[in-house]
Amino acid sequence: MPVQPIKFYQSGSFVVGNRLLDPDQRSVQADPNRTNSLNSGHRACQGCGEALGARYALDAAMRATNNQLIAVNATGCLEVFSTPYPETSWQIPWLHSLFGNAPAVSTGVAAALKAKGRTDVRVVGQGGDGGTVDIGFACLSGMFERNDDVLYICYDNEAYMNTGVQRSGSTPPAATTMTTQAVGPEPGNRFGQGKNVPLIAMAHEIPYVATATVADLRDLEYKVRRAMEFRGARYLHVFVPCPLGWGTASCDTIRIARLAVHTGLFPVFEAEHGEVVDVTRIPRQVPVAEYLRPQRRYRHLFGASPRPDVVARIQQIADRNIRRFGLLAAEPAPTAQEAP
Amino acid sequence: MELPFAITLDVGSSLANHTGSWRTERPVYVNRLAPCNQACPAGEDIQGWLYDAEDGGYRAAWERIMADNPFPAIMGRICYRPCQTACNRGTLDEAVGINSVERFLGDEAIRSGWTVPVDAEPTGRRVLVVGAGPAGLSTAYHLTRLGHQVTVRDAGDKPGGMMRYGIPKYRLPREVLDAEVGRILDLGVRLELGQRVDDVLAARDEGGFDAVFLAVGAQIGHRAYIPAGDSARILDAVSLLRDVADGEPPQLGRRVVVYGGGNTAMDAARSAKRLGATDAVVVYRRTQDRMPAHPSELAEALAEGVVVRWLSTISQADSGTVLVEKMRLDETGFPQPTGEFEELQADTVVLALGQDVDSSLLAAAPGVAVDAGRVTVGTDLMTGAPGIFAGGDMVPADRTVTTAVGHGRLAARHIDAWLRGVRYQPAPVLPLATFEALHTHYYADAPRTVRPRLDDARRTTGFEEIVGGLDEETALFEARRCLSCGNCFECDNCYGMCPDNAVIKLGPGNRYAFDYDYCKGCGICVAECPCGAIVMEPEET
Repeated sequence: MPVQPIKFYQSGSFVVGNRLLDPDQRSVQADPNRTNSLNSGHRACQGCGEALGARYALDAAMRATNNQLIAVNATGCLEVFSTPYPETSWQIPWLHSLFGNAPAVSTGVAAALKAKGRTDVRVVGQGGDGGTVDIGFACLSGMFERNDDVLYICYDNEAYMNTGVQRSGSTPPAATTMTTQAVGPEPGNRFGQGKNVPLIAMAHEIPYVATATVADLRDLEYKVRRAMEFRGARYLHVFVPCPLGWGTASCDTIRIARLAVHTGLFPVFEAEHGEVVDVTRIPRQVPVAEYLRPQRRYRHLFGASPRPDVVARIQQIADRNIRRFGLLAAEPAPTAQEAP
Repeated sequence: MELPFAITLDVGSSLANHTGSWRTERPVYVNRLAPCNQACPAGEDIQGWLYDAEDGGYRAAWERIMADNPFPAIMGRICYRPCQTACNRGTLDEAVGINSVERFLGDEAIRSGWTVPVDAEPTGRRVLVVGAGPAGLSTAYHLTRLGHQVTVRDAGDKPGGMMRYGIPKYRLPREVLDAEVGRILDLGVRLELGQRVDDVLAARDEGGFDAVFLAVGAQIGHRAYIPAGDSARILDAVSLLRDVADGEPPQLGRRVVVYGGGNTAMDAARSAKRLGATDAVVVYRRTQDRMPAHPSELAEALAEGVVVRWLSTISQADSGTVLVEKMRLDETGFPQPTGEFEELQADTVVLALGQDVDSSLLAAAPGVAVDAGRVTVGTDLMTGAPGIFAGGDMVPADRTVTTAVGHGRLAARHIDAWLRGVRYQPAPVLPLATFEALHTHYYADAPRTVRPRLDDARRTTGFEEIVGGLDEETALFEARRCLSCGNCFECDNCYGMCPDNAVIKLGPGNRYAFDYDYCKGCGICVAECPCGAIVMEPEET
C-alpha cells in the first residue's frame, strides 16, 4: 500500500483529518495552516474538481519542498478561473505563458534555477488534459526525454472545458462533447481513440509516474510527496470530474471520482523507472453503469433508446484495466485482532 | 508605488471576488438525534458519551452518563439495550457494543472511586420518595443534585428494589449494586429502610414533605387459577427470586416447571438450574415470536439447558406431575385450547405470570386513578393528586430497570419544576439521524468485540457473573466504532474538500463555520460529510 491504512479510528483512511490521529498523521488539507495555494474567490464553477485537485497537489508540494516551489501553468480553466488580470488566487510563485508550452517553460525555470545554484527550489508544471495530452504533448515528451527536473501534473477532466467542452485526446469513448454529439450509429466519442499519457510517460522510463483522484486525498498527497523525493522528470495524472462538462451535480464531484476508481475505469497506480510498483485496490467492483448513469455526457446510453451494447463495451475497458493492473486482488478482511 | 518595467498594476487578490453571491442554496451545520439516544429509555446522550470515550476521556464520558443515569455499571449488565437495536451501524456491519462500553465506564468509575458533585444551592424543599428501587433511587439522585432534600423510604431491609430482589446475582453482582447505590446515598440522600408506607398523604403530612414520588414497583406475583391437588407444590417467581436473593432458597426438587414467558420466567428457570434442578421446563402458551422475554435472555436460558414448551398451558397440578394442554393460535394470535393433554414430571411449579401493583397506599389520596392495575399519571408523571408523582413498574410502561431509571430522571425534572411553581419544558426534539443521512463509505469495516463469556457448562453451577467486561483497549476500539450519527466529529472532510476554501476550522472541540463570502453552494461538504451533520437550505432571496 502506498498509504498506511488507518483502521478503527472511528473513520478510516478516506476522511481528510481525524481528531483521533496524531497531527503528523493527518493530511496536509486537515492542517489549519495549509498553504491554500489556490485561494478563495477563484471563478471555477460550483463543485470544480480541478480547483480542488490543484489545491490538494500544490499544498502537498509546498509542504514537501518546505515552501520552495515555483509553479508553471498552461492555458486552460485552471489559469483562466484563477488569474483574471490583475487579480490572482495563487498564493505561490506562479507563471503562465501559452497553452502548449508549459512543460518547456518549466524546463526553462528548472534550468535557470540550476544555473543560479538554487537546488532547494523545485518546479511544478501543470495543466489540463488539453494542454497536456494534445497541445503541449511535444513539449512534455521532450521534457521527459531530457529528464528535466520538473514534476508535471495533469488535471484530467477529459475535454476542453474552458472553451466550451470540446473533445480532447483524453475524452473517453461514447462521451458527448460539443464536437462529439450523440448522433449516428456510434454516438459520442469514438472507441479506440485518445491516449493514455501515464503509460506513455512510463515508456519514457522517467523516475516517477503516478495517477490519483480527488476522491482519495491521502493517496494524492502521498504521491506528490513521493514525487518530490526524486530528481528528474516526474508525471502525476489527477482525475478531476467536471460538473459543467460532464453534466453531473456539483455535489457529486468526489463521488463520481470514487466511482471511476471503483468501476476500474480509472486505474490508480504508481510506477518508478517504467515499472508499476503499486496499485490502489478496488474494495468491491462496481458496474460501469453506476458511474455512467449520473453523467449527462452519457445520457444517450440510457433512457428511452438505451445502448446496452455500448455500456458493455465500456465495461470491457474497465474489466481489462482490472486485469491489466491487478486491481481486484483480495485483501483479507480486517479482524478484531487488528484492533489498535 | 514603484512597479517593475511594463507593469502598470499591482498584483490583486481574488479575495476581492465574493463568489458567495453565486449561491442559491447554503450549507448549514446541524445536529441530529442519534437513533441510540432516541431509543434510550433512560434518556442518555449515548452518542455524546461515546464521543468522549473515543479519545480516552473516560471520566468525561462517565460524567455525561451520570447526568442522566446514576447506574452505568448496572446498566452495562442488565439493560436490554434498545440503543443497540436502533444503532445505524447494525445496518452497516454490526451494532456498536454500547452496553459493553457503558459497563466498562461504570466499572472504571467504581474501581477509581469517581463521584459526582452537588453544585446546586440547597433549595430547602423536601421530597419523600417511596420505594428504593431503580425509579426511586434515580429520582432521589437527580433531585439531590438539583439541591432538594430527599428521603427514601422502603419496606425492605436493603435498597435496590427489583435490582436486588428480582434480578439474580449471576446477572447483577451485589457488589456492583451496592457500589452504585452507595454513591447515591453518599450525596446526602436519607434512606429509611424497613418502613412500609401505608398512606401516602399521611406520610407526606407527618414528615412535612413538599412533594412525593411513588415507586413501589409491582411486587405481587400474578395469580392464575390452576386446579391443584393438596400436595402440589406451587411457588410464585417473585417470591422465589426474593428468597434466593435473601440467601434462603427454597427446596425445588429435581424437576421444575416454570409457567410464563417473560423475563421473570427466564430468571426463575435459570435460578432453578443453579439451585440443582436437572430439568427446568418453561411452559408458555404462545409461540417464540410472541414471547415477552428478551431474546438474549431466552438464548442464554436455552444455552444453559432450560427447555421451553411452546403453545402450552398448565391445566392441573398434582404431586409430582402437571397436566399440560396444547394450544393453537387463532387468527388474532390468541391461544385457543386444542383438547390435547400431556403429563409432565414436576416437583415444583413456579408461576411467572406477571406482577401486580399494590396501590393501597394511594387509597386515601383523592383524585388518583388506577387503570388495569396501574396508577394513572400524566406526561409529567404526576398522579391525580397534586404533588404526588409516580413512576417505575407501578405506572403503565415497559417494566424494565432502564425504563424505571428514565422515569426517575423525568420525574425529578417535573418535581423540581413543580416545586418552583413552573412547568418543565423538555428541549425540542431534533430530527432523527437515519441511516440514509450517513455516508458510510468513510467508516472502516470493524466487527463488534464480543464480550467474553463463561463457558455454558460453568455457568449453571453457581451464581457468579456470566458476562465478562471489556478491557480498556477493546472498550476504546468499540467506542470508536460509533458512527457519530448526525453530529459532527471533526473529521475535516468539509474543511478539506471545499473547492473554495470556504470552510473555517475553529480548532479542536469547536468544529467549523462556513465562510459565506466565498461558499458557492456546490454541496460537496453535504455529500461527503460522513455523519450527515450538514444540510443544504434555500438561500434567502
